[in-house]
Amino acid sequence: MTISQAPASYRVISRRDETHDTVTLTLTPAADPIANVRPGQFTMLYAFGIGEIPISVSGRPGQHDLAQTIRAVGAVTTALCAMSAGQVVGVRGPFGTCWDEADAAGRDLLLVAGGIGLAPLRSALLAALSDRQRYRRVVVLIGARSPAELVFGGEIDAWEASGAEVMVTVDRADASWHGNVGVVTQLIGRAAVDPPNTTALICGPEVMMRLTARSLLATGMSAGNIRLSLERNMQCGVAECGHCQLGPLLLCRDGPVVSYQVAEPLLAIREL
Amino acid sequence: MSGVRVSELGQHAFARGLTTGQLEALAALAVGVEWQAGCRLFEEGGSAARLWLLRSGRVALDLRVPGRERIIVETLGPGDELGLSWLTPAAQWQFGAIAQLRASAFEFSSTALIDLCEADHELGYQLTRRLLVTAIARLQAARIRILDLYAAPASAAGGTP
Repeated sequence: MTISQAPASYRVISRRDETHDTVTLTLTPAADPIANVRPGQFTMLYAFGIGEIPISVSGRPGQHDLAQTIRAVGAVTTALCAMSAGQVVGVRGPFGTCWDEADAAGRDLLLVAGGIGLAPLRSALLAALSDRQRYRRVVVLIGARSPAELVFGGEIDAWEASGAEVMVTVDRADASWHGNVGVVTQLIGRAAVDPPNTTALICGPEVMMRLTARSLLATGMSAGNIRLSLERNMQCGVAECGHCQLGPLLLCRDGPVVSYQVAEPLLAIREL
Repeated sequence: MSGVRVSELGQHAFARGLTTGQLEALAALAVGVEWQAGCRLFEEGGSAARLWLLRSGRVALDLRVPGRERIIVETLGPGDELGLSWLTPAAQWQFGAIAQLRASAFEFSSTALIDLCEADHELGYQLTRRLLVTAIARLQAARIRILDLYAAPASAAGGTP
């Protein structure tokens, strides 16, 4: 197997703790940068001496610096989450398909996020809000495990001030929480979406995405107007190793963003 | 005189698809109510004898847990039904309820609803079906939350990156 791209060196210029286990690193090129990243695409981030992982870009597109949000769940992600300003990582990419949120021009744009799935959607949201007049409503529905595990919670006021309608729900909360408690699909009815005129972007655990897509179909939306960000074992990033295969798709190239029209039959196959 | 108009009641998601006659029968039993934020509607263990169709605001279902703050089980908003425990033989609230935000609702006495359903089985069928759909949706949502989908993935044998 040939990996056709050597990692570019990027320096960490800032880190922000999102939750107890999730960090957003802002990276700047130490030498030649990678190509511009579009919302929904991912890079392979290399913690030197430890390993490489796929991470979606969570920042505003078209910028010199990269914002990448990482949850510490294993050796590589823990090493990346522990990084501080000045340290260097390797970056390959950008890889994969993008949200194509601009396709929703003149329509309602609905973003549905579960947990850390808000990270790749944040990039599309920031792009949409920077060109807000292109869309009718921009609605963001967020599900989190608990108030403390809500990523980007500190940005919601700014998103709303920029023209987004944001609703948050959590799975568990005590009486100090004054927001919604329940599953994110319960917010769909409250958001009063306009099914024929809505484009939906969904990212989160696969079960959450399936249930959300089904709920949207039940409102009358068509599968072709629903896009998911799918995750498999991305390794090479260039569709050579086959680890990320989902039926006929190699998700590092044909995904991660896939129309539900394509994804629905594939996700129905056990063990695929 | 309940003061609830048939046209208002007919706009609630619960009432969609009911005939004018059925809406009139329901509206005759309904009372419009409002709660200020922070108002407690009922406590766990109390006698369950009301159904509310929420029109605005937000109501939290909660549970007292010794040694901890109250746990919020679920929140309900406009278009939702509040108060299903009267459907069970014990007719006791399983959770408490508090208005998180100023809220309004159509309120029904469970006794009056049951009497109406006994007298009009077609309406009884329609109401039972709607309440069952709600109960199933809440059961499914509870099952999904049990899965704890947003928890950190357990490290796989091959190592989570």
